[in-house]
Amino acid sequence: MDFGFSEEQDLLRAQVRKFLEDQCPLEQVRQIAAGDEGYCPRLWGQLAELGWLGLTLPEEFGGLGLSWVDLVVILEETGRSLFPSPLLSTLLAATVIDQHGTAEQRQRWLPALIDGSSIATVALLDEQDYLVPQAIQLQGAAGDGGYRLSGEKRFVQDATAADLFLVAFRTGPGDDDLGLALVPRQAQGVSVADTEGWDRTKRSGVLTLDAVQVDADQLLGAAMLGAPAIASIIDYGALAVSAEAIGVCEGILNLTSQYALDREQFGSPIGRYQGVKHPLAEIYVDIECMKSLVYYAAWALEAQPDDAPAAIAKAKAYAAERTCNAGVAGVQLHGAIGYTDEYDMQLFMKRSKWSRATYGDEDFHYDRVAGYGGI
Amino acid sequence: MDFDFTEKEQAFRAEVKQFIADNLPPPEQRGEDFEKHWHAKLIEKKWIGFSWPKEYGGGGGTLIEQFILKEEMSKALAPDLGSDFMGLTWVGPALIRHGTEEQKKEFLPDLLNCRSSWCTGYSEPDVGSDLGSLKLRAVRDGDDYVINGSKIWTTRAHVARYIFLTVRTNPEAQSRYSGISVLLTPMNTPGIEVRPIVNIVGQHHFNQVFFTDVRVPVSARLGAEGEGWKVVMGALANERSGISESTGMERHLEKLKELARNSQKGGKPALQDAEVRRKLARFETQISAMRLNGLRNLTKQIKGAQPSSETSVNKLLRGILEIPMADLAMSLLGNEASGMGEWQFDALNFHGTVIGGGSPNIQRNIIAERVLGLPKD
Ligand SMILES: Cc1cc2nc3c(=O)[nH]c(=O)nc-3n(C[C@H](O)[C@H](O)[C@H](O)COP(=O)(O)OP(=O)(O)OC[C@H]3O[C@@H](n4cnc5c(N)ncnc54)[C@H](O)[C@@H]3O)c2cc1C
Repeated sequence: MDFGFSEEQDLLRAQVRKFLEDQCPLEQVRQIAAGDEGYCPRLWGQLAELGWLGLTLPEEFGGLGLSWVDLVVILEETGRSLFPSPLLSTLLAATVIDQHGTAEQRQRWLPALIDGSSIATVALLDEQDYLVPQAIQLQGAAGDGGYRLSGEKRFVQDATAADLFLVAFRTGPGDDDLGLALVPRQAQGVSVADTEGWDRTKRSGVLTLDAVQVDADQLLGAAMLGAPAIASIIDYGALAVSAEAIGVCEGILNLTSQYALDREQFGSPIGRYQGVKHPLAEIYVDIECMKSLVYYAAWALEAQPDDAPAAIAKAKAYAAERTCNAGVAGVQLHGAIGYTDEYDMQLFMKRSKWSRATYGDEDFHYDRVAGYGGI
Repeated sequence: MDFDFTEKEQAFRAEVKQFIADNLPPPEQRGEDFEKHWHAKLIEKKWIGFSWPKEYGGGGGTLIEQFILKEEMSKALAPDLGSDFMGLTWVGPALIRHGTEEQKKEFLPDLLNCRSSWCTGYSEPDVGSDLGSLKLRAVRDGDDYVINGSKIWTTRAHVARYIFLTVRTNPEAQSRYSGISVLLTPMNTPGIEVRPIVNIVGQHHFNQVFFTDVRVPVSARLGAEGEGWKVVMGALANERSGISESTGMERHLEKLKELARNSQKGGKPALQDAEVRRKLARFETQISAMRLNGLRNLTKQIKGAQPSSETSVNKLLRGILEIPMADLAMSLLGNEASGMGEWQFDALNFHGTVIGGGSPNIQRNIIAERVLGLPKD
């Protein structure tokens, strides 16, 4: 029993933090957020060189073969710096390909995703706020040894940056008849539109499929993956967002604590007043709890898979609710400056709201916790 | 990061479980002198103070083994390990850290053998959260201190053999924190008078204690004169971590789930009520976080850190969880909530546990000031 990070993990954290502080301070984040691409190809290339895109992927494809606990270290830091990039989407897609893909599919895609030459994302959702495999509507029409896909996928993270989509669709009439298709951006009938949102450090879009032909070799793994495989994607996503949310809360706490020390009213720093300092103490408590829940869930993912879904549900439920609370408190404790475009708090506040909904909010995940806990 | 227990730890867990199966009767079959026999067995196993050094009679177990021991005991609804929660949770560790060899020899074996019991004298009629302002005066007179004044809310003062007593030895000290000392004082010392105070549930647990010309030898002082604050800070960290171990909360939660399973809300099973379900799920999640926070702190201690301000996190969580948990129980009980029962008792009693060891506001202050570096108020 050792609930701490190894020396290597501490080093990795220091390295990621330094890289992001040097290469992508908040001014840079704003620039990237204002651009069309939504990420910086130059930095993306550097992430690949540093090995972070393949951190958890097998060495035979150029990855580092490390664990999700190591990945959490990186994600905490990308969250803390609000680093805009398709990292999360690509990691998720690569993880799914690695787990479910055939030997050929893994060979074809993983090296490109790890060396940064390709960007991928998963396209799961049809309907808003209905994050279960059963809600997937897109119906594949069987034909020519594969399927033909027509329809729309919404809330596709990093849709405009991606050149590969993992599209969830129905392979038949049964509840469990679900598959994932590997659909390249250039395929006939594929179009992508950016969805305007407040948090431009996180991009999302709509993927439209107009009679897109998916051949048998584009069906991930066996033609029919089933609901559990889809549910596990949602779990990976929820865990990754929760890990980033830890960093987001730390960013909020650092910025706001510093402001509370610097800003004086009624003759003393506002951080002296309990109406200010107590909400900050509560954010600290929440960060501690989020760390505990996320680290355990990341460990369980590989070491205790039976316990992972419940552990992830707890982590995401807590992160969704409390990150949002931290964003609200952070802005409020700044007074009017917090409401400006110029001051950075707004960036964190917007991200806190993104973190709530993405891969399930607290209601969704607390309902799962209830189910797992025999409630 | 590794949450797996080693083979040795797993074997230890199995041993504890077996011991419980062989020796612990279910709660309803525990008779009058059950605790005496139970403790005798625990003493024989050296499971009281299991992680204390062997040289003072401890079991020499690791902190993890002690954690396993407590977890299994709690799951089996066993009583606390040992008869003296305060003595074992903070007095003993303070003795091990600051005591002289003579003091350790005098007090530790009795603690481990359930032959002593301690109470804690911090609070005074005018001194509560602001413990650094304590007034109880101890004046040096030759080889003695002479104590005059009063302590209040002193839990178990009416049964304890000793009091872990904070006194002001130097009112002129430069800082108010540097004039405080700790005296290990026998409760039967002439001049000590204990008056009971009845609590919100009609029970007598705490007291006011009066000191009139009470003479204590200088050798009863724990740590150097004027360095009591340091001793107290360590003891308070141990107290906070002791009273906010997640095991107790896990028990409350199981009880609460059981109640919800057997309750109706609006003519339907309460567990079909979305609000009830989410409240329970939230409690379950927060308690999981407490358990894991505790394990993270334990890891830090194994690597050599002393418990400190981080213990306020779980203390605060317990403080803000218990009353809402009891509140949900009361709402599930409907009209029965105004009767008398376990939850009705807890719903009142938790108002004491939330304050004892420092109120939630004080925990927030500790975190804001000592961890976040915000100015003192
Ligand atoms: C069940 C129980 C057992 C106890 N056992 C013992 C014992 O064995 N030995 C012992 O010495 N003491 C004991 N105590 C006393 C306990 O330590 C004190 O009650 C506690 O420290 C608070 O002090 P107080 O009651 O004087 O309240 P006060 O300090 O007067 O506080 C009153 C209210 O004001 C708030 N407050 C005070 N200062 C601040 C501040 N700076 N900022 C914000 N809010 C503030 C508090 O949160 C509280 O709500 C026990 C108390 C209880 C309830």
